[in-house]
Amino acid sequence: MLSNKKHMTINGEIVPFSDEKNILEVIRNAGIDIPTLCYYSELSTYGACRMCIVEDDRGNVITSCSTPPKDGMVVKTNTPKLYKYRRMILKMLLSSHCRECTTCEKSGNCALQALAKRFGIESVSFDKSKKAFKDEYEIDRSSNSIVRDPNKCIHCGDCVRMCSEIQNVGAIDFAERGWNLEVTPAFGDKIANTQCVNCGQCAAVCPTGAITIKNEISKAWDAIYDPDLRTIVQIAPAVRIALGEMFGLTHKDNVLPLIIAALRKIGFDEVYDTSFGADLTVIEESNEFLERVENIEDHKWPMFTSCCPGWIKYAENKHPELMPQISTCKSPMQMFSKVVKEELNVNREHMKDTRKPWVVAIMPCTAKKDEAARDEFKTNGERDTDLVLTTQELGNMIKQAGIDFNSLEPEAADLHYGMFSGAGVIFGVTGGVTEAVIRRLVENKDMASLTGISFSGVRGLEGLKEVSVPYKDMMVKIAIVNGLANFEALLERIESGELEYHFVEVMACPNGCINGGGQPKSNKEIRSERSEQLYANDKMSRIRFSESNPFITRAYKVIIKDRHHDLLHVEYEIEKEMKAARE
Amino acid sequence: MSAETQNHECLCESCDTFDFTQLDKVLDEYRDLQGNLIIILQEAQEIYGYLPREVIKHISEETGYTEAKIYGVATFYAQFRLQPIGKYLIMLCKGTACHVSGADRVEEAIVNELEISDGETTEDRLFTLNNVACLGCCSLAPVMMVKTDEGEETYGKLTPESVIAIINSIRKKEDLEA
Repeated sequence: MLSNKKHMTINGEIVPFSDEKNILEVIRNAGIDIPTLCYYSELSTYGACRMCIVEDDRGNVITSCSTPPKDGMVVKTNTPKLYKYRRMILKMLLSSHCRECTTCEKSGNCALQALAKRFGIESVSFDKSKKAFKDEYEIDRSSNSIVRDPNKCIHCGDCVRMCSEIQNVGAIDFAERGWNLEVTPAFGDKIANTQCVNCGQCAAVCPTGAITIKNEISKAWDAIYDPDLRTIVQIAPAVRIALGEMFGLTHKDNVLPLIIAALRKIGFDEVYDTSFGADLTVIEESNEFLERVENIEDHKWPMFTSCCPGWIKYAENKHPELMPQISTCKSPMQMFSKVVKEELNVNREHMKDTRKPWVVAIMPCTAKKDEAARDEFKTNGERDTDLVLTTQELGNMIKQAGIDFNSLEPEAADLHYGMFSGAGVIFGVTGGVTEAVIRRLVENKDMASLTGISFSGVRGLEGLKEVSVPYKDMMVKIAIVNGLANFEALLERIESGELEYHFVEVMACPNGCINGGGQPKSNKEIRSERSEQLYANDKMSRIRFSESNPFITRAYKVIIKDRHHDLLHVEYEIEKEMKAARE
Repeated sequence: MSAETQNHECLCESCDTFDFTQLDKVLDEYRDLQGNLIIILQEAQEIYGYLPREVIKHISEETGYTEAKIYGVATFYAQFRLQPIGKYLIMLCKGTACHVSGADRVEEAIVNELEISDGETTEDRLFTLNNVACLGCCSLAPVMMVKTDEGEETYGKLTPESVIAIINSIRKKEDLEA
């Protein structure tokens, strides 16, 4: 019975395994929650935290993350020896850790705090008065997106590996050694002065409060209760399929109507949807693409998408030469804010509400906080998007307001900017922008065609996908890439001439916005559920094509008219400088 | 410090004049070698006397190692310096033999005389003090080595008085040259 498959014995039970890279994965697949602080399956194995230790049949203690499974292996995961060791490791980690939990941004969400509770750490007997206890590090608040508090760092290196291995940025690394060891940018610089792209993936993997998202909830409350402000809120596609996780809802629940109800209860005056902005992006970006195709010889190929501010920042830092190839379209968030504020300008005389409009964007993304603060997205010195809150921040705001989220009555968003097409909503997952643009390009707009597109290879959470779509007499070659290290590898192959594309969609975060730095903590399974749910949202939409959204038509007619270049496109400062240098 | 090293010395913000010619040769030589970072940093420090920020930036651009990574390596190993050193590098032995023969008192004398502590450089950029482990000549304990661009000089059987005399003779020599 056991002849062909490989097996190991875990806590006396025989467990089969196949190609798991370590016994940690085998143990977790067997339903045992082995504690870890430094292990992520998508990152390289580091073996620093020692929490994942198991005992073999000879009484040896080994780290399960760095031990490959062998046929016939016998391990125990929960012996008194392991319990004692784990408690000791936790006490040592806590001895040099700032333990002001009640005022920590991460409280309630902290892996170290959770493990301390799980292993019943009631006191830490080590002396914290001497060098080991660091509370003298300056907190780095220089970034628009993240806050670094080295006093809470446990040196697991998750952020370091995420930043270099997955994102190819490497803004932070270990420096010094012994008890002076710290995670820091080079020369102890402020994070804002590094090549950080604000993707927030470091904060997403940080087990403690050492790297957190910049909390701007109080600015939202101030605006809501400011009698002179008319607060307008837009919700990004990827928020609706993740926020429910913070309230114990499953991915089958339709959370968007509850979010809308919650936003109204919180006190926002108008509740809209960023997917409307995404619809605008589809129109503008496909027009731009077709214009470039018309003059195919005049342009360098491929054309890159421009929705992701993490990617824009990366290009500015590392590949400024690519800037002319990046679509000039603003991101959906910025298009939305600009058009909504423009509507209020155009129709000011007819409006009863004369308060100053103030746009809040709920985003899965930490880089959006930085994007909204850029000079390119200011009008007469004032921000187009006044505030960006992440999915997590909105969840916390709902809790602060004392709203019982799960018992809310579903509500619908306001007109005109709450209406969107299914093409706009799938922007939240890798491949979504491409699929939406393809829908615009195809001549045949029936169901079969839609299904055909969805099976063309645009869907799926792989780091790199390739699709070819016929357009008139040409074959449009498309690549879809997520994760900046994946992009870098792709770029090398494009530059060497090995690969040729017309259109490349780039999302900085692995899997796209559904796994943005501002989303609740997730794993592979959760991310694939989020993706499925986003496509389900598309299927539920009565309008599947951006150009069929009647309010998009209206916006072009009433607001945008012939000013689409002023309102919906952007030239980044660095491009202007490059142009000036050429002349 | 030789005239050449003087030219490389750069603490200003605008470093258009930073000369990477020698460093580029080093980078070319070790470009394809695995684990080349430490060798490159050693050679760079040999050229510039320390690892200036601009040099680390240049190495990063040429090799693809991030600045944060290079900074990490440069701060991990005691041999690398991120600050310029004085013309005379005092390497004071704190190995076992020197320790029992009174290296601490010698260090105290140097520290008081030069008003710098381990790893620091005097304001006039003449002296840098570096405590080191064994220099390998325990029969001369307590011992120190004074390194300049011209070469090294070893001084043994040190006392707090003799070490101050050595420092003063170096100062005198410098004054004469000036």
